[in-house]
Amino acid sequence: MYQLTGVTKTYKKGRDTVQALRGVDVTIPDREWLAIQGPTGHGKSTLLQILGGLDRPTSGSAVFDGKDLAALREGQVTKVRATSIGFIFQTFNLIPTLSAQENVEAALVPLHIHGTQRRAWAAQSLVDVGLGDRLRHLPSELSGGQQQRVAIARALVKKPTVLLADEPTGNLDEGTRDEIIALLEKLWKDLGLTLIVVTHDSSIARRAQRVGQMRDGRLLIRQDTGGAHQAVVPAGPANPADPGPQPTDPWQPS
Amino acid sequence: MFVTYLVRELRRRMRQACFIALGLAVGIGLVITVTAASAGVKNAQSTVLHSLYGVGTDITVTTAPSQGSGSPFGFRIRGRAPASGARPKAGQKFSRDVLVTGALGTLKSSSVTTIAQTQNVTATAGALSATDLSISGKVPTTSNSNGGGFGGGGGSGGGGGGGPTSIKTSTFAVLGVDTGAGRVGPLSSDKIASGRTFTAAEANSDVALLDANYAKQHKLATGSKITVGSATFTVIGTVAEPQGGTTTDVYIPLRRAQSLAGMSGEVNTIYVAAASATDISAVQQAIKAQLPKATVTTSSDLASQVTGSLSNASSLAGTLGKWLAIAVLIAAFAMASLLTMAAVSRRVREFGTLKALGWRSRRIVGQVMGETLVIGVVGGAAGIVLGFAGAALVKALVPPLSATLGQTQGSASPGFGPPGGGAGRFGGGSPLGRAANDAAKTILVHLDTPVTVSIIVLAVVLALAGGLIAGMFGGWRAARLRPAAALAQVQ
Repeated sequence: MYQLTGVTKTYKKGRDTVQALRGVDVTIPDREWLAIQGPTGHGKSTLLQILGGLDRPTSGSAVFDGKDLAALREGQVTKVRATSIGFIFQTFNLIPTLSAQENVEAALVPLHIHGTQRRAWAAQSLVDVGLGDRLRHLPSELSGGQQQRVAIARALVKKPTVLLADEPTGNLDEGTRDEIIALLEKLWKDLGLTLIVVTHDSSIARRAQRVGQMRDGRLLIRQDTGGAHQAVVPAGPANPADPGPQPTDPWQPS
Repeated sequence: MFVTYLVRELRRRMRQACFIALGLAVGIGLVITVTAASAGVKNAQSTVLHSLYGVGTDITVTTAPSQGSGSPFGFRIRGRAPASGARPKAGQKFSRDVLVTGALGTLKSSSVTTIAQTQNVTATAGALSATDLSISGKVPTTSNSNGGGFGGGGGSGGGGGGGPTSIKTSTFAVLGVDTGAGRVGPLSSDKIASGRTFTAAEANSDVALLDANYAKQHKLATGSKITVGSATFTVIGTVAEPQGGTTTDVYIPLRRAQSLAGMSGEVNTIYVAAASATDISAVQQAIKAQLPKATVTTSSDLASQVTGSLSNASSLAGTLGKWLAIAVLIAAFAMASLLTMAAVSRRVREFGTLKALGWRSRRIVGQVMGETLVIGVVGGAAGIVLGFAGAALVKALVPPLSATLGQTQGSASPGFGPPGGGAGRFGGGSPLGRAANDAAKTILVHLDTPVTVSIIVLAVVLALAGGLIAGMFGGWRAARLRPAAALAQVQ
């Protein structure tokens, strides 16, 4: 479970100081599927990085399973990433020199799982995403959809509790996109993942339980997408004084 | 995983890896070549020095001739006149064979003992160098030569009459050596080519060792007889002098040389061995204190007097070569570091992804270091090959180096004349002058370029250092990457 309170992030870009996040408060319960939408440059990716422990907030706290990612030492954050958080990227980010199986194995390296067991787990994970016959292929020998499947296998082989996805379908054609969405949905259900997806793709957003909108560094959550899945846990507002859902305006600051 | 990933990555950027390895190889190869060449030059220098005054000798003691002694020509002839009594008459046939000492002053034999008792002196040997001068022919009819003096030599004052052409002269260099001194002195560096060397018991025997070249020229061999001064010596062996060697033609026991030259109890060079290299200068000071008039020369003094292409090669290898090798090595290291950093920069997303997967920075840095170390090792191996090739090339291409020692030296002995020792006083036309000119001698040395184990160890260390330095720069770059770069950089 995530609990973000007053998270801001500023960074320098050349001479300018960019305020990517201007105070994000959100609680993301376990097993929720949250889609985050919003125009480019409004802080979507920055938020995802903070959720994934890839970057630290400038102020505020980002508590994940009781540990404040903003306060942990680098080694501990790395450990959290290695054990609990899986990532998938728009550009797949497979290591180009390693085969599909070896790419998946790379996720098990920090867990000190060695040799035969590591290979077996990686192979099984690839079978799970439907690539059991592509173990030895290099990324360059795979289609975009297949590469993203390898990336998903790599993210999930360590059995994380959270899967963070940054535009997972952004580089895929329509048919493949639906396959990947279907796969993510299946894995989310089967594995009981917390799935946080940054996307422009409204077909993903429609399937999510909640949809957040990033605007000028602030996150606005629409409680009910009216989509396929009802929230497993009702997403209570972070602020108890919050008046609650307002039917006339689906967007509210959370 | 480490190895698989490393090998795949290196294979992917094979060309760049080869380029970096080649750069390191050239740098390391150059270091090996230069080191081998300068070791070769050092060896050549010590060969020259050893051939000049023996392997074990650290210090030589000589003295300037005392002014006014002997003849105006600066040498003394105390040979026994074979035809004692009246001067030879004009037209009379004569033949004389005398032993004369050259421009060097003399030291008392007792000085050898004195020096031997000096602290940290392990061995001493005295030697007397001389020139055997034989003159035969008819006495010119209108000779105006001074009685008993051979001052004019072959020129003989230019008297008319019988003409100088009727007089034959020949000279050879004689060195009286201490037969008991094995490990120090002029004979210590020579190899016995045939026969045997002196025994300690032969201190007063008429036995001689010949320079192998001299023996060959004059068709002499072990068992031959040779006349030195007025005595006949039996040749007991020949010695091969190393690489050019000394100009001594005939070695005889010191005491015989002393008595034939009429210089009993006198030597003109004392060879001294010190207990260790660090004692040399202290011993030098001690001898100077004991023998204030003597010139005490150490091997390093002597090395600085060596001129010619050998000393040029020495300074070339020592300065230009060294700096060139260092410059190329630095360039290779810098190139390796920059290329590695560039390669790391291109892999921002890859490393960011690995960090997102939970790889520690240390592991990523280790991966980069591993890659550059492999490149370094390959480069080092290639560098060793290049170094051997370079050393062989230098050896093959460098012509024999000449070493000229002691321009001012006036003796045909392997001893070293004090500066200003009077070579200039010899008349060019005189046979003694010829002998003296021989003394400012030039030795040809072939440059060997030994590639030793320590050079190879140095090369391996350099290769590893090159790999590590490049890896450190690359790793530093990789470690500074924010893992967020994996997501931020869309390429």
